[in-house]
Amino acid sequence: MSLRRVVGWSGELLVTLGVLLLLFAAWQLWWTDVVADRAQTQIVQSLEDEFARGTAAPVGDNGIPAAIGEDGAFAVVRIPRFGVDFARPVIEGTDRPVLALGVGHYVGTAGPGQVGNFAVAGHRTTYGRPFHDVDRLVDGDRVVVETADQVYVYEVTSREIVRPGDVEVIAPVPDDPGTAPTEALLTMTSCHPKFSATERFVVHGRLVETVPRAQWVPSRWLTAATEG
Amino acid sequence: MYAALWRLLPGPGWARAVQCLVLALVVVAVCFTWVFPAVSPLLPFTDSTVGP
Repeated sequence: MSLRRVVGWSGELLVTLGVLLLLFAAWQLWWTDVVADRAQTQIVQSLEDEFARGTAAPVGDNGIPAAIGEDGAFAVVRIPRFGVDFARPVIEGTDRPVLALGVGHYVGTAGPGQVGNFAVAGHRTTYGRPFHDVDRLVDGDRVVVETADQVYVYEVTSREIVRPGDVEVIAPVPDDPGTAPTEALLTMTSCHPKFSATERFVVHGRLVETVPRAQWVPSRWLTAATEG
Repeated sequence: MYAALWRLLPGPGWARAVQCLVLALVVVAVCFTWVFPAVSPLLPFTDSTVGP
């Protein structure tokens, strides 16, 4: 094979590799959002239908249904700061496939509304990026968690940026592992900075109101977030 | 490489161009469906959980 051909082939190979890398970027940054947005909207819709019809699995003592549907979703999280229509499913577990379908509930942490720390993780970028604007949350912002029988209203109380290994942020009493909880708290984790896994952006909140589903009036609690 | 592919494909020029387009689309589909989802977990861009 002549040198000219070798150079020609390797040139084409490199161009092909470059095109594949660009394709990968397009897939990761755009296509995963397209697919995940569609899937997550659908899961929220079917959960809301089940809640409305009363056919959702009954909630156990730990605040989580004993039998969760195929997709593992058991609650809907709404955050007015992210938009009045913002709604994402909460799914049991924080494995990669779960986080592509919604917000993942750390297994073993408290259920929605329970005393302890209801801890969830969500993507900051890609896969529908439910927690894209997590850094915009300010103290007092509402995070509403709808379950089959109750709607829990949390309010943001603090934010912190930690290393990926700092699991104490999801302890029953955040940053104070070993202490028995007395309050119903919420913790949301996401990656930080965007498009990086160097750190985690963490938002804490506490339960301020529990509303039975029958008395839930969305317009009363889900008003647009004010300045901030 | 692509010159060899071009010579290998049958038919007149326009037919070869169509075949190339189809082949390219197949490559994109395979990448989007199987290759990229398999590669993505190996890259540290999208981790959002805390854990040991």
